[in-house]
Amino acid sequence: MSLALFAEQLLNGVQFGVMLFLMSAGLTLVFGVMGLINLAHGSLYMVGGFLCAAVAAYTGSFVLGLMAALTGAAAAGVLVEMLVIRRLYHRDHLDQVLATFALILIFSEGTRWIFGSFPLFLDVPEILSGPVSLPLGIQYPAYRLMIIVAGLAVALGLYLLITRTRLGIRIRAGESDREMIAALGVDIAWLYTVVFALGAALAGFAGALVGAIQSVQIGMGEPVLILAFVVIVIGGIGSVKGALIGALLVGLTDTMGRFLLPQFFATFMENASATTIGSALASMLIYILMAGVLIFKPQGLFGGTS
Amino acid sequence: MKIMKTLMASAAMLLATQATAEVKVGMITTLSGGGAGLGIDVRDGFMLAVEMAGRDDLEVVIEDDQRKPDIAVQLADKMIQSEGVDILTGIIWSNLAMAVVPSATAQGKFYLSPNAGPSALAGRGCHENYFNVAWQNDNLHEAAGAYANSAEYANSFILAPNYPAGQDALTGYKRMYEGELAGELYTQLGQTDYAAEIAQIRASGADSVYFFLPGGMGIAFLKQYAASGVDLPVVGPAFSFDQGILQAVGDAALGVVNTSQWNKDIDNAANAAFVEAFETEYGRLPSLYASQGYDTANLILSAMDVADVDDQDAFRAALEAADFASVRGNFEFGSNHHPIQDIYVREVIKEGDIYTNRIIGTGLEDRGDAYAADCSLN
Repeated sequence: MSLALFAEQLLNGVQFGVMLFLMSAGLTLVFGVMGLINLAHGSLYMVGGFLCAAVAAYTGSFVLGLMAALTGAAAAGVLVEMLVIRRLYHRDHLDQVLATFALILIFSEGTRWIFGSFPLFLDVPEILSGPVSLPLGIQYPAYRLMIIVAGLAVALGLYLLITRTRLGIRIRAGESDREMIAALGVDIAWLYTVVFALGAALAGFAGALVGAIQSVQIGMGEPVLILAFVVIVIGGIGSVKGALIGALLVGLTDTMGRFLLPQFFATFMENASATTIGSALASMLIYILMAGVLIFKPQGLFGGTS
Repeated sequence: MKIMKTLMASAAMLLATQATAEVKVGMITTLSGGGAGLGIDVRDGFMLAVEMAGRDDLEVVIEDDQRKPDIAVQLADKMIQSEGVDILTGIIWSNLAMAVVPSATAQGKFYLSPNAGPSALAGRGCHENYFNVAWQNDNLHEAAGAYANSAEYANSFILAPNYPAGQDALTGYKRMYEGELAGELYTQLGQTDYAAEIAQIRASGADSVYFFLPGGMGIAFLKQYAASGVDLPVVGPAFSFDQGILQAVGDAALGVVNTSQWNKDIDNAANAAFVEAFETEYGRLPSLYASQGYDTANLILSAMDVADVDDQDAFRAALEAADFASVRGNFEFGSNHHPIQDIYVREVIKEGDIYTNRIIGTGLEDRGDAYAADCSLN
């Protein structure tokens, strides 16, 4: 195994992690501020992917598609929050799970109704379509580098938003004491809508970015949603910093596990069975990681103690 | 009172004569969720054949299995017990077929598979009432292995998802392929990011890539492969290159070689009529799944012409004869009720704005399957 291959796989792990972060940041914010388990977060990811594909196909511009995904997903978030989610804050978590699961079905079948049952075409923009040369002789797809940069920029933006702005102060206050912030005269309903829309916009952004290199199809959000839940459990529910660290951990563990485990088993057993055992173990690895973290840090890496 | 009795009796007789004149087909297929495109194509192809035949003695009940084995089993029980269907069909996925088919055939119903062909049902688990109208799961992969030999690939990198059909796929490829393997990988089912795998392909020194990644997995792989700058030739089975998927892959698929038992340019009258009628009826080109649904319906109709479904032995013999005009051209059943047919090699091309396939050769001629010898039927 060459150094270049190892470094390329590290980059792949970081890129996968950054993508997971975009998805889990919204999820963890919504859970932290509003105490809401939102299974429909994956549907907003799908909405982003479909809107980007549709607008990019119509206008020929990926950037316009990306903007449409951001605003469209945020709008869908606002709509869902006002129509459905608002009634669930004081309910049991199980009620929230039931209602947001229903939303998954409604979004999936609604999307099929509008766009049909077949996957949509969405390609990366022309200027980012090829590979770029990096040190060590690595050929790395330019678009994936862009995803890393975009994801880290979003992380920085969220950090500034939460620590430096009035909205950020309110979000943090909402996380620590909901009744008190309402008593201080902050319009809590409005705050919840804004936070939900922000989370939805991030999910839609991720769906559009990732849709270009994966597939824009119905149900594309649910596999990512499961990973996003793993990320926020590892990082600590409600912590955006935890979501970033957790996402990078999960991304690197998953990618390096898929890459290294079969090779490790191949050093002392026959190739076909090494591949089978290695890939089976690799698919469990992030859950083992989650269990390990929870043993030592039951609240997750950056979870509060509330 | 007496009058009532007579009326009841005659009503019952009327119902009974109606029931014998009519064949009821229960179609369980995937119509919602991520895999719906396949089920919709099978259904549309099937219903097109029924409509074109213009017959009113065939009734079809259609239900959505949501790609879930437990739901498929419930639907099958309902169709057999309360709807009283004679024939079941429609299932797309091998794991659902394994959950439904053995119990349906054990209850004396016919099952005609328009897609899934797991090896377990072709070998020792074959059944006199189970017919596969599509292929045995290994077939298209075997043809790809044969193609790799003829293209003189000597060092293939192969990958598939880690589940039974994925393992069957790589087994099928290796059964025919004579060269070396530069690498063999199992990915996760439903995986959408293949950067790690592509990096290994690049580092492996392979001269070609064979992959079986159905549906969205294949779209993701092909797009990422195209962007990676690796330019080894890629071969795959038709499942990643069917009409529904190609439009989503776009240019990244152009020129890719894939194997299929059907294509829209197979030159026979049945196929020409099918492709034209499908386009007129549904406004899109048919996929191989649609062709399989269409053939399944025509097989049933051909058997209805010569036998009554209530006379199971006669109806089974009529099905075995496969006396219908398949859109694939030559089609017959082997001893285990799986097709013996040609598997073609296709290439992805662009016709106007539409991405589609054209046949460039034959991978395997009159191919049966590797499991027929284990089947006790004769």
